[in-house]
Amino acid sequence: MTGQLLFFAFLAAVTIVCGIAMILADNPVRSALYLVLVLFSVALLFLTLHAVFIAAVQIIVYAGAIMVLFIFVIMLLNLGTPERIVDRLKPQQALGPVLGVVFVILLAFIISSLPTGKQPPLSNTLTGPFEIGMSLFTANWIFPFEIVSILLLVAAVGAVMLAKKRI
Amino acid sequence: MPIPLDYYLILSAALFTIGVVGVLIKRNPIVIFMCVELMLNAVNLTFVAFSRYHNDIGGQMMVIFVMAVAAAEVAVGLGILVSIFRNRASINVDEIDLMKG
Repeated sequence: MTGQLLFFAFLAAVTIVCGIAMILADNPVRSALYLVLVLFSVALLFLTLHAVFIAAVQIIVYAGAIMVLFIFVIMLLNLGTPERIVDRLKPQQALGPVLGVVFVILLAFIISSLPTGKQPPLSNTLTGPFEIGMSLFTANWIFPFEIVSILLLVAAVGAVMLAKKRI
Repeated sequence: MPIPLDYYLILSAALFTIGVVGVLIKRNPIVIFMCVELMLNAVNLTFVAFSRYHNDIGGQMMVIFVMAVAAAEVAVGLGILVSIFRNRASINVDEIDLMKG
């Protein structure tokens, strides 16, 4: 439908514009707020792909927890109004965007030349918590799930070790 | 007529490139971390798009694991930043060159 396409175009425009604004902003707090906008529009893109649970987790984990962590560290280190950082890497700053454009054109070329195999017809079922849980807690994915829980424990202990003044 | 898969792939390629350029041109490590998050999000978008267009829920499982790894990475990375800031009172990445050969 054309309505779907319009919505997708709107979301894509918001995502790209906010992403570019994020890397152009001088103030890290502004970068963080633009990143929140990007994360929200990516969550809406997940909704257009019928991934309801992933969209909810995206908002809760990324736009909620991870962004709070970022804002908190900016506040803690008092980086909200940084003095102008002298950059010794001027050629890199000029060359980066140019090579970025080249890179995205290359990727688009590769994507458009991908062979389009026979795709199954799209189903209209939403992937909610039930489907995710049935898949996550059965034979295929339960082992990675346990490994990730160990990884999170190690990361939490490691972060405390790193940031603590005296153990 | 649904949205073609290519549109999602090109959008996430563009997002990924914005993240790469951000990592290259920014000098503030917190913003560099944000750009890494942007790249991870672009990859997540690709995973979910393929998951939908191939009727395979495995892509969404991978997204959940990527999110968990991203959370761990941010926690450790920001811990390192706090500890660097405590020792040097500056976190310009140009000045952190202790391991420069």
